[in-house]
Amino acid sequence: MFAKDAAIPLAEHPSFQALRELFARRIVVLDGAMGSMVQTYGLSEADFRGERFRDFQHDLKGNNDLLCLTKPAVIEEIHAAYFAAGADIVETNSFSATTIGMADYHLESIVTELNHAAVDCARRAARAAEAATPGRQCFVAGAIGPLNRTLSMSPDVNRPDYRAVSWAQVVAAYTQQVEALIDAGADLLLVETIFDTLNAKAALFAIDEVFERRALRLPVMVSVTITDASGRTLSGQTTEAFYNSIRHAQPFSVGINCALGGRAMRPYIEELARIAECHVSCYPNAGLPNAFGGYDESPADMAAVLQEFAQAGLVNLVGGCCGSTPPHIRAIAAAVRDIPTRQPVAVTPALRLSGLEPLLA
Amino acid sequence: MSASSSASNFLVVGERTNITGSPKFAKALKAGDWDACLAIAQQQVESGANILDINVDEALIEGESTMVKFLNLIAAEPDITRVPVMIDSSKWTVLEAGLQCLQGKGIVNSISLKDGEAEFLRRAKLIRRYGAAAVVMAFDEQGQAATRDEKIRICTRAYRLLVDTAGFPPEDIIFDPNILTVATGIEEHNNYAVDFIEATRAIKATLPRAKVSGGLSNVSFSFRGNNPVREAIHTVFLYHAIRAGMDMAIVNAGMLGNYEEIDPILRDLVEDVILNRRPDATERLIVKADAIKAELDAAKAGGTVAAITPIDAWRNDTVEARLSHSLVKGIDTYVEQDTEECRQKYPRPLDIIEGPLMDGMRVVGDLFGAGKMFLPQVVKSARVMKRAVAYLTPFMEAEKARAAAAGEATRAQGKFLIATVKGDVHDIGKNIVGVVLACNNYEVVDLGVMVSCDKILAKAREIGADVIGLSGLITPSLDEMVHVAREMKREGFTVPLLVGGATTSPAHTAVKIAQEYAHGVVHVLDASRVVNVVSALLSPEQKPAFLAENTAKQERQREEFNARRNKRPLLPLAEARARAPQFDWAAIDIPKPAFLGTRVFRDTSVRELLDREFIDWGPFFSAWELHGRFPEILKDEVVGAEATKLHADALAMFERIIAENRFQPRAVLTFWPANSVGDSVEIYADETRSAPLHTFHFLRQQLAHDGGKPNLCLSDYIAPKSSGRADYLGQFAVTAGPGVEVFAHEFKTAGDDYNAILVQALGDRIAEALAEFFHKKARDFCGYGLAETLTPYDIIHEKYRGIRPAPGYPACPDHRHKPETWRLVPVEKEIGITLTESCAMYPASSVSGFYYNHPDSKYFAVGKLGRDQLADYAARTGIAIAEHEKWLGPWLDYEPA
Repeated sequence: MFAKDAAIPLAEHPSFQALRELFARRIVVLDGAMGSMVQTYGLSEADFRGERFRDFQHDLKGNNDLLCLTKPAVIEEIHAAYFAAGADIVETNSFSATTIGMADYHLESIVTELNHAAVDCARRAARAAEAATPGRQCFVAGAIGPLNRTLSMSPDVNRPDYRAVSWAQVVAAYTQQVEALIDAGADLLLVETIFDTLNAKAALFAIDEVFERRALRLPVMVSVTITDASGRTLSGQTTEAFYNSIRHAQPFSVGINCALGGRAMRPYIEELARIAECHVSCYPNAGLPNAFGGYDESPADMAAVLQEFAQAGLVNLVGGCCGSTPPHIRAIAAAVRDIPTRQPVAVTPALRLSGLEPLLA
Repeated sequence: MSASSSASNFLVVGERTNITGSPKFAKALKAGDWDACLAIAQQQVESGANILDINVDEALIEGESTMVKFLNLIAAEPDITRVPVMIDSSKWTVLEAGLQCLQGKGIVNSISLKDGEAEFLRRAKLIRRYGAAAVVMAFDEQGQAATRDEKIRICTRAYRLLVDTAGFPPEDIIFDPNILTVATGIEEHNNYAVDFIEATRAIKATLPRAKVSGGLSNVSFSFRGNNPVREAIHTVFLYHAIRAGMDMAIVNAGMLGNYEEIDPILRDLVEDVILNRRPDATERLIVKADAIKAELDAAKAGGTVAAITPIDAWRNDTVEARLSHSLVKGIDTYVEQDTEECRQKYPRPLDIIEGPLMDGMRVVGDLFGAGKMFLPQVVKSARVMKRAVAYLTPFMEAEKARAAAAGEATRAQGKFLIATVKGDVHDIGKNIVGVVLACNNYEVVDLGVMVSCDKILAKAREIGADVIGLSGLITPSLDEMVHVAREMKREGFTVPLLVGGATTSPAHTAVKIAQEYAHGVVHVLDASRVVNVVSALLSPEQKPAFLAENTAKQERQREEFNARRNKRPLLPLAEARARAPQFDWAAIDIPKPAFLGTRVFRDTSVRELLDREFIDWGPFFSAWELHGRFPEILKDEVVGAEATKLHADALAMFERIIAENRFQPRAVLTFWPANSVGDSVEIYADETRSAPLHTFHFLRQQLAHDGGKPNLCLSDYIAPKSSGRADYLGQFAVTAGPGVEVFAHEFKTAGDDYNAILVQALGDRIAEALAEFFHKKARDFCGYGLAETLTPYDIIHEKYRGIRPAPGYPACPDHRHKPETWRLVPVEKEIGITLTESCAMYPASSVSGFYYNHPDSKYFAVGKLGRDQLADYAARTGIAIAEHEKWLGPWLDYEPA
């Protein structure tokens, strides 16, 4: 019964083939920050609430994901600006759109709706960009963030075995988000800004279950955050240990985003480029946050760093994270345009285990 | 510490965080000493473990939560969690709970085809989804693979399923083709290491990218306690296994040596065993191992290392030392020859017994007392002792005749009279106590089973017993013990009385027996305690203090008993009945059995019960005072070696039992149309259900439960007459046959108590296995059993619908249901089980009871009974309340008038 089913590989979403061809041709460009762009609109509490949540009993300002419902035009406009700057893929504005993420705002009940709205905004922008330039293909990545509760670490130093959330709760939260993103028409999924690998494994577990139920796979991109110069995730893993932990999900790409500026990321991107059978992505912050919480790297600075990565043959997908804007993406797209994309490496199949550190058996 | 020198990629999986292999870890975990647990994990990583094996499988530990807690704690220790984890459990739920805690890529240990392909593939798929690698045991629906070909066959089948059907990455498959113990003395085991090594070679050659692992300590279990030899065995085994392609092993890293550095003589002997190069390899290595052990002990004692001891060094020792060696090791090859040599040397045969033989037995007693020897070894030592004494007896008789002529008297250390009381037939425990005491130079007179009080007391007077011991297994025996105590008082005895056996307890002894007899009534928990108790009682210096302490303890127990009794008042019977469980009888599935009336089964074989794994081994080891769960007990750090030997002896004995047709497994099954009326169940001769053929009256729980749990009675599980539903009550009786006692007696007569006790213990196992086997048949006859998909483990652990309560046990405390049944069903005529006056079944290896099919039926304890229920019971049964009070004494919550 099961045995028979398992023998039939899951069907692939059409985006698989389109993305494979695109990635084979050139370095692909992802969008930049959503948060920094939203800030430029100077939205008020009333804007965040919109008509629908005018009388909601809790503050909603700062819940950027909610804008997909209450200010969809703003979100669509930002996506459009990134497509216009040369992005091939934009991320949906759904970084925190899970029951666990929305619990802070008491909005657990609208999670499915929120993800639908996030995909709708991005898809409208994508279709518009495609219409503007015939022959162009624009993709929507369903963005799946890391959660504000972690499975590997205790929030209480006196109780190291305590966990604020359980595996089952995390899988349930991600399952709901993934179902909604796929239902709404996302072309691929992006599990990003991973600082606790166990949370990411729960997300990938949920995704795999959803794929099996639907008998359909979408491309899955995975992007980890190296916290500081130690070269480790917040939960303590080295880059290779992290890769060994998520490799079973057969990601379409693996990469690093957020936290560090591009320059500081280089050794870890180099490591990924050496060991990953799949594509490698890199979308750093626009430098490290300055004293005012802003980011200092200019579009030219960022583009220069990523151009050097491209020339070294390290990357297949580039973009920006915190502090980056459409001008950054425009500069980056231009800087990598004529550089050949990284060639996938043939990695000898082997038992690759990990704790905080990798173990090749 | 470098197996890795032989292969750079070889991985060491640290085993000290495995509860089944590390007493230190077990102790820390049971005590909740998490810091100590973490320290062990850290030590493993520091001493070079590449991977940590974590196993918390233990009967008294909740596996899932313990695994989660330990993994979460480890996650907070960067020095430990830097290495990958191998989550090790025999329970899938524990494995899955562990997988949910690992941010790294770990290994699951293990899955196998044991539970069938579908479950195997389901687990494999989940493991892949969790992102882990898997250890796959060479185990299938038929059991564990022992031979090379079996290992290869099962691994290949598992590989094809994983890779072709489940799409499991072949590089994430780690086979464990079962490292089994060699040098056990059993010929079939001799090739086990070769089988593993050759299977490894084939797996690595034919199953691309798959790895091979194994638990190393298994291979050397026969040499427990001899670390230098074990280390050599491990090193030699790994040397060959790694060359054949083994990739990793679960080991104590500290115990790995370097192949090149092993003493060449030892290495050669070990290699003979590992590679099965000569038939006497095991004996030769044992001799060498003993010599090494002796050297070590001598070095420890004297601080110097003796020269290399020749192979059979102990045979060159003095005759006294040789006798002692034979006794301690349980070797009977030379005992008569050595005893004869002594006889030439010593003036009187008794000097040999009191000299070298007792010296040897004292060593045995000391080692046993210190927990360094175990019961099966002690019983084997006793066998050697008996042979020596038997050899000397004719000479002593001759001498006694001379001594008597000369007017001298001889006396052993003390005389112990022991018996199983009237109405009871169980005597394994009593026999063990007798053997242990005899080992300690007490003269033991064993009156056997079903011994009446007057017979016991008459014999005690005749021989001048220093202590009287009573044994019993069924509840009515408690009353009989009280009776014996009263009679001892009446007849003016002054010697201490010991009581023991499964049904006895310190509380009952204190409350009921001790108050009847003033000269000391001592409850003895098991054979390992009896020597201390008896020696204290026979020492004029120790006796007063010992008895005073015993009396004080019993006084406390009486107070506690009374306090407990007053604390939890019983519900009035009417209220207890009002709290009976409520079932929607219209909706309950009531199967109709495939037949009504009685069927007799005489064609079940011991072989079938063995092959289909209906034997529950746990109680077998308990009978020998080896405690732990089977099969884990075979690998237990402390008793594993002895348990393994005992298990091997048991299997060999089963082969003999089968070959000589010694047991006669038989069963009767009966199904009656039945309906309940209140707390009673009426059975009918046929489906017209016109008049009851008989009414079984049951008893109801009267203790008030917390949380509104119902007060249960066995009648609750049968549809009430008023429901209009046709229900059925099943009954059964099974026996291993009269051959058990006959066979045991043959051994006993030949002075071989070890095998006598072994046979009795196996008879009990067969009876229990028959009960389980026929319960399965009964469920099949009722239909719902046919849909069961249970493993032998599940069946032994009663994970099925329905129960089979036995009269005399907690759900059904009245033993008299047995004579009632015997009148309804021709149990005695068909399968030969008779009942004693206390309603014990003979042969003792028999089981009988009721079958209930109710989907919600479960075992419960009726617990304490109030006077109101006894009065009601008297009215229902038409038997005087005083008679019931006698039979149900231990269950009464009040003092009968």
